[in-house]
Formats: sequence, C-alpha cells, structure tokens
Amino acid sequence: MKSLDELAKIKENRRAALKIREGVPSATEKAHIMMCGGAGCISSKCLDVVDAMKEALNKNGIADKVQIILTGCMGPCDMGPVAIVYPDATFYRRLKPKDAEAIVEDHIMKGNLVQRLMYRSPGAKEPTPSVNDIDLFAKQKKIVLRNNFYIDPTSIEDYIASGGYAALGKALTKMQPAEIIEEVKKSGLRGRGGAGFSTGMKWGYTAAASGTPKYVVCNGDEGDPGAFMDRSVLEGDPHSIIEGMAICGRAIGAEQGYVYVRAEYPLAIERLEIAIKKARENGLLGKDILGSGFNFDMEIRIGAGAFVCGEETALLTSIEGKRGEPRPRPPFPANSGVWGKPTVLNNVETWANISEIILKGSAAYAATGTEKSKGTKVFALAGRINNTGIIEVPMGTTLREIIFEIGGGIPRNKAFKAVQIGGPSGGCIPAEDLDTPVDYESLTELGAMMGSGGMIVLDETTCMVDIAKFFLDFTVDESCGKCSPCRIGTKRMYEIIDNISNGKGKEGDIELLIELSNAIKDTALCGLGQTAPNPVLSTIKYFRNEYEEHIRDKKCACNVCDFKE
Amino acid sequence: MVACASNIGNDELIKQLDKIIDPYRGNPGGLIQVLTKAQGLVGYLPKWVQVQIAEGLGVSLQEVFGVITFYAFFSLIPRGRHKIAVCAGTACYVKGSKMVLKTIRELLNIKPGQTTPDSRYTLEQVRCIGACGLAPAMIIDGIDVHGRLEPELIPAVLEQYA
Repeated sequence: MKSLDELAKIKENRRAALKIREGVPSATEKAHIMMCGGAGCISSKCLDVVDAMKEALNKNGIADKVQIILTGCMGPCDMGPVAIVYPDATFYRRLKPKDAEAIVEDHIMKGNLVQRLMYRSPGAKEPTPSVNDIDLFAKQKKIVLRNNFYIDPTSIEDYIASGGYAALGKALTKMQPAEIIEEVKKSGLRGRGGAGFSTGMKWGYTAAASGTPKYVVCNGDEGDPGAFMDRSVLEGDPHSIIEGMAICGRAIGAEQGYVYVRAEYPLAIERLEIAIKKARENGLLGKDILGSGFNFDMEIRIGAGAFVCGEETALLTSIEGKRGEPRPRPPFPANSGVWGKPTVLNNVETWANISEIILKGSAAYAATGTEKSKGTKVFALAGRINNTGIIEVPMGTTLREIIFEIGGGIPRNKAFKAVQIGGPSGGCIPAEDLDTPVDYESLTELGAMMGSGGMIVLDETTCMVDIAKFFLDFTVDESCGKCSPCRIGTKRMYEIIDNISNGKGKEGDIELLIELSNAIKDTALCGLGQTAPNPVLSTIKYFRNEYEEHIRDKKCACNVCDFKE
Repeated sequence: MVACASNIGNDELIKQLDKIIDPYRGNPGGLIQVLTKAQGLVGYLPKWVQVQIAEGLGVSLQEVFGVITFYAFFSLIPRGRHKIAVCAGTACYVKGSKMVLKTIRELLNIKPGQTTPDSRYTLEQVRCIGACGLAPAMIIDGIDVHGRLEPELIPAVLEQYA
C-alpha cells in the first residue's frame, strides 16, 4: 500500500462486504456469527461451540452462506461463551456446543430467535434480544474497545474497514509533528496505566529531548492482580496499538517501537505478532509508510514473570536484557529511557485512544469525560459481583452506576462492603463513597487511585485486614529488593499485619503501621514501594474497627482469619 | 544453593542452543529472549546452558545467573511435564483460590515450587493470569486456563494431562 487513496479503496471494499455487521441484511450471506474469542470465553470452551456451529452449518448445507468470526473480548466474561448474530444483532450468552443447532436451524434458517439463550435484565420479564438495546452495554461508551464487536483481530482489512490506519495517514500527510503533539495535549488524554500524566506533555518532552535514536514503547505488562483490560485490547484490536505507536513515532521522531507484553498472555502475543506481520506486508510498518518517507517498525518483547517490570524504568531496563530494577527519576524516560535514549512509554489503553483523537479531533474526544479527566476508562470488574468482565465508561461515571447498574450488584444478596481500585497500589472505597465519580482527582482524594482499571468488589464476608495482608504479601514477593525502604519496610509491615491476623497483634500496632507506611511512601525508589502501603492505609482509614477487633478481642468478624492458640 | 546441575548437555542440545543464540550473538540486550527460548528447549536452565549463553552473548555468568533468579519464569531446576499454575490474584483470592491450592496440594502431595516424584506435575502459585472473570482459576502448561474451579472438579482437570 503506497498511498492514502489505496487505503481508502480497501476500506470502501471491505466495509461494503461487512455491511451485514452494521445490521444490513445481505443478498448473498445469511448471517455473520461474531463469537467472542477473548481469553475468558476461550477458557469457557467457546472453540467447542464454534466447532459445533460449523458442523450444524455443514449439516444444513449453508456453510458458504454464514461466516463465523472469532473476535476480541466483548466484555461480559461471566456470561461466556457469548456471541452476536448479525444482521439482527442478537446477543446470546452461556453457549454450549448443543446450542449450535438451535442457533443455526431456528434463528438463522427460520428467523426464530432463541429466547432461552438471550440476556435478561435483572427483574425484567422478557429477555432483550438485540445487543444495541441491552442496558448493560447501553450504559457503556466504547472508544478503546470500539472494534471488539465488529472485527476479526487477525484481519487487517477488518481494521481498515472500521477506519483503521486513516489516522496514521492523516498524521503522515496532513499534519506536522508539532501539530500531532498539540492535538494529543488538547484532547486531555492522561496516561491510563495509573499515574494519569498528560500524554501530550510526555510526547512534547520527548520530542524536545536531545539524543538519537528515539524510541516508542508500549507497556503491556499488565500485572495488577484483577486487571485484564489491556489483555482485551491486545487480543481484540492489536492494530490500534500499532497505529497509535506509529503516530507517536512521527510526532517525536522515532523509528523503532517495542511492545512489552507479559508472558502470561500468549494469545495477546500471538495476535500482536500476526498484526505486526500483516502491517508490514501492507506497507503500514517498515520503510516509507504510505509513501510519506516515514519509517517505523516494532518488535515484541516478552516479559518473564516480574510484576515490577510494569514500572516504567524497570520495564525499560528489562528490554535491555537486565534484571528489571527501577532507576531513580530524574532523569525521566523522556530524556533518558531505553539504552539512555529519549523514550515515550505509554500503557496499552493510552495507545488505543490515539488514532481516535487524531482522526476525529481533540475537541470531539474532549467532549467525553470530566473537566480534568477526559475520555473513557476501561475497567475490569471482578470479585463479589454478578457481571464480572470488562466495561468501558466515560470518566465521571459514579461507582454506584458501575457496580450496581452495569455490574449487576452483589451475588446472593450480600451487602456491599468496599471496592478495591488500583490493585496493590490502590485503596478501598467504602459504601458511603459509592456516589464518587470515577476520575483521577476524586479517587486520589479518597486515598485510592485510578490505577490501571482493576476493580475488585468486596462484600460483607470479606475481612479487610486479610485483604490488606494479601496485598502486602504480593508486594513483598514482587519487590525487586534494590531499595531498603521497600525491601525491608514492606516485609516488616507484613509481619505486623500477619501477627494481627493471627491474634498476636498488640496495642500500638496500628500506629506503627501508619508510621511505617508514611516513611516508605516518602523514601521508596519507585512506584511499587511508594504505593505498597496504600491498601493498608486505606483499610485502616475506613475499617479501623476491624483492626482493633483483631488486636483487642482476638476476633475476626468475618471468620476469615485463623487465630492460632 | 544446590539448584544448578553442572552436567554437560548432549551434542544435539548444544547445537540447538547455539541456533537460538546465533541471532543475538555478542548482543547482551537479547538475554531475556534467549533464556526464554533456551528454557523452552531444555526445560530448565542448568549451568551448562548458562555458560553457553554467557559466552555467546558476551555477558558474565554472574549476570546471566542474576537475571534468571530475578524473573519468576526461569527455573534452575528440572520441572515436571506439566506446570500447574494456580492464580493467586485478588479476584481469585476473593473467590477461593486458597481452597484450590489446598486441594491440589493434598491430591499431589507437593507444595508450590515442587515437582511430583514421577515428574508429571510441577505446582506453582502465580500472580494474576488475567482470567478474573472466571475466578478462581489456574493455568496449565502456560496455555490452558481452567476457571470457575471447585474442589470436586479438580481431579478430572488434572487427569487430562499425562
């Protein structure tokens, strides 16, 4: 592909072939079955359902009139395997191989939708057939996950049909590098990895930094327990990452990108490899992209099981083939990143937003969200909640709406206790703050943080001391050991909490935990150590009574902690 | 630390390891990629592998050893044919991963980090595999995720792996 015109032609042709996925019945095809192929549904054996569908189609002689497409994660993992049948856009859930016949024979051949497989809103008498009407999806806004119902992630043509690579074309042929950076700044996009730093400003610093070559890096080391948003993007829409990174390369003057993906995501790695190969074959990566004279290529680097490598300087050190130990900042990666060269490092979700901003303009993007937190955020809902899975909502949506309206509330009618946001770096938010809008500042004020997007819901049966201990256990294990505050401090904190949870706590332990926490936050070298005390501080803040009960009464009200005699 | 066996690898393995090293010869930056592929070839990273890689890439043996012991994925000791990794992430923890681990420990009579005497299974506890929608979950051989686990279901799952 050597020009924008060629790109537009491919888009036109492919889009025409995929009209059925926009709800337009086709003269030649009966249906497209979009089968969710995200890791959650694959683990729920969706491929067996696909095989059964193929058999049923063959048996009925219509295999050439129906396409089955394996998409990226559609979101509601708890209901998997799920599928959408176009052109009617009927959403089916909890599919088993034996359901294939009904879908093929009743729905596709006779037009009788299969009611028993449809989604029913809690309390509703009738199910909701169409995915466009389902409340669970209607309350969401998909920017990052815009393509996950529509495309086959292994098809570059599908991505192009959906508008893919048009933003890169625009950036290369109609914009100057400084303009690109200005647009990203004006959009208000902030880093989605958790820190929330202005993406445009980061690019600006790197563009201005001296030193060549410059690098563009994607942080796909999603290590927060309970977070699987980036996984959904990498598996479902890998080209969106490639396009975002190439646009950045143009903006800052870099020709080489790295995508660092954790080893625990083999499917994401596979889909990304396919995407890179196809982008190269189509001239969208490599030399002289779209005839613009701009060169950009990328490599995948696979992690090896170290949570700390999600920290930006540790990640860059890991790309260099070393122990993933963080470095002091300054210097920041913008000035001295991988191999000491200026580097832009952004999270997967941040990258997935870029092409939308460039294509539709910063003003359109900034229309979503709040004053200081623009755009949407992808969250992974898990724990004691009915609808576990991935959701994407505008910034400013309240926790109550997320947990009770989209998330379907707490199973077995248990009482909500707290929601843990931000993983081991974050904090717990109790019931009285459920009407907090989700944005960077509001969450930080409550002692939590946006984090990468993992939201674990806890109910009345969860012991908060136990949860704090769980997170400390994690950070002690994952601490790289380089700096004393984290290496020794978190360990001492863990020992104190362990004693509390075993009935060996003493008066003064809570105060000691607070003192240690503040010291570690002030002196640790990197974000892992600096935020490790957060779960402890926030559980003490909101659930101090549980700590006191454990210490004074040697009692765990939730019967979770094992008090040894 | 008795971990590394210093036995010499057989000629075929040495040749194949050289092929893995070739694209990165003299390039220390490729260490993690090489170690990952080498472990895929040999099953673990004994001393002879470390020495060959150190020489091939131009890094010290100490540095190779330091990288191996930093990253949880690398193993200095032989492991079983099947690696059972029980997810100990938050969502799985909240949904009962402790019970899953306990069940497997009792079934196989080994602790996390250990391998069964017949070399069939190695048990590990890992941090969040990203299958939180299916908690509690475990991943076998790095590819097969088994979710919504309950103690009674576990023996049948393990049986699938010879």
